[in-house]
Amino acid sequence: MSKVIYKFGDDISTDIIYPGRFMATVLPSETPEFAFADEKELNKLLNSKTVPANSILIGGKNFGCGSSREQACSTLKGHELIIIARNFARIFLQNSINLGLKTIICPDIDADVNDELELTDEKVINKTKGKEFAIIPHTKTQQEIIEAGGLIAYSRKKLMERVLEN
Amino acid sequence: MKQTIVQKILARASGLPFVNVGDIVEPKVDVAMSHENAALVMNQFLEIYKGTGLEPKVWNPDNIAVIFDHRVPAESKKTATNQKKIRNFIAEQGVSKFHDIRGDEMGICHQILPQYGYVRPGYVVVGTDSHTTTHGALGAFSFGIGATEMASVWTLGVMLNVPVPPTIKVVVNGTLKKYVQPKDIILYLIGKISAEGANFKVIEFHGETIRNMRTSGRITICNMSVEAGATSGIVPGDEETVKYLREEAGVTDEIPLVNSDKDAEFDKIIEIDASTLEPQIACPHTVDNVKPVGQVAGTKIDQIVIGSCTNGRLDDLETATEIIKGHKVAKGTRMLVFPASGKIYRQAMEKGIFEVLMNAGAVVANPGCGPCLGVHQGALGDGEKALSTTNRNFKGRMGNPDAEVYLSSAAVAAASAITGVITDPTKGGY
Repeated sequence: MSKVIYKFGDDISTDIIYPGRFMATVLPSETPEFAFADEKELNKLLNSKTVPANSILIGGKNFGCGSSREQACSTLKGHELIIIARNFARIFLQNSINLGLKTIICPDIDADVNDELELTDEKVINKTKGKEFAIIPHTKTQQEIIEAGGLIAYSRKKLMERVLEN
Repeated sequence: MKQTIVQKILARASGLPFVNVGDIVEPKVDVAMSHENAALVMNQFLEIYKGTGLEPKVWNPDNIAVIFDHRVPAESKKTATNQKKIRNFIAEQGVSKFHDIRGDEMGICHQILPQYGYVRPGYVVVGTDSHTTTHGALGAFSFGIGATEMASVWTLGVMLNVPVPPTIKVVVNGTLKKYVQPKDIILYLIGKISAEGANFKVIEFHGETIRNMRTSGRITICNMSVEAGATSGIVPGDEETVKYLREEAGVTDEIPLVNSDKDAEFDKIIEIDASTLEPQIACPHTVDNVKPVGQVAGTKIDQIVIGSCTNGRLDDLETATEIIKGHKVAKGTRMLVFPASGKIYRQAMEKGIFEVLMNAGAVVANPGCGPCLGVHQGALGDGEKALSTTNRNFKGRMGNPDAEVYLSSAAVAAASAITGVITDPTKGGY
């Protein structure tokens, strides 16, 4: 069971998730402190170290639109958050799969701050509201990348397969 | 089997006779482009090799392009150190398409790739920048990816996990009125279909307006296709593409063209009448918040920006100069100009463009991304408003979440610089 800690509207851009002025910071381990740097209260909450792992952010449509910056995923992954949104922008979604940030596409999601959610492979169950919402699963290849432990491990596996073939 | 241009490109690059929309393919990559975020790509690339016992070696150093543009010259020791590490890596790996901070060869990545002939019709191009959609202007399938995906491309030479996208066909007919520009077409389209209207899809541009448009205008349109969520924008290569590659990029070898089959299946078809279009403004804080200029005319502007991968080309500077000649930038308004490359900078200098702009009060800065993404120059003060020819107006975009960014063509930006308020360039009287 996980709790919703924040709820957004539509079109949350990577400039909101990880403002451009912090982009010189690239290493995944160094990005978490700048998550939502301009959303002061949320940033303060995340950096307070009081948010349990697998806490949930709810997004609307087109979450993660804008830049390809991967810091927007590593910063959220660093806080061990789960993002549930009506849908995601393409590059952000793929980056999240590649880096192991858990993203769930749930077109009808209805959840508010402090709601308790149970997540299964097929649906999101909002225990507080007593409602269930179907999710759209990631593609087969995306699931393979997640199961391999991310794109680095997946690419390493592909590289080694090639070396063995030759 | 009837196929769209992108289906054909992906089939060729994946070694398949044809592909269906929705198939997952692994296309070979013709150009893999990064900018300063190559620092993160390098890190992830070395991670892939960790524990393999293999010496890290990129798959093909001639297919990799690295172009410094986001923070040039470096604004901080962190950036300068990242740039230094990238330079060392590039030398070690023998990456040949490298554009450093040099007046003779620098520029914004999305100008350098076309200008140097690195992109050709039918290519698969990936870049660690969302505006990599730009290169569809030359008939390539070109899209933005993350740094870890790029590390995977550097290792394997293919893009893993590419779903063959459905294609929206946009047909633009009619002649644009004077001072209504390609930027207005794409802003209008984004306003019409929304910021997610083309999510996971390609937008293919057709019609007489596109056929008669120069490559620079097509670049503007494909560049901003991502603001409707599109994986890529694409204009099928044609005579204009060949002319551009021969005359501007100095390409001498054969340039094969690819086009969609006449009865290929499209996700939907959208028609736009360019002849009735007014200049368009994307208002804060989303790119799809688009209004005809008349609805926001008179809005006080503190900073005008002309430049970027969207509208920092010679014809943008020429339009601005034509409008601003004999006028002054309004008191209380700053006008910043960022040519998209060293070549454009030099051409503008030779044509006397800088003289006109500087006499009017504009500041001409070096080529680069400038204030567009709020990391380098030209940040906004609290409560200020900018009118910019760049491509994004998200909250905080120009370095300040308490400021506002409006987006427009170079013509609107120049007319507004004279008056200090958002102004319709087609109406004159400024």
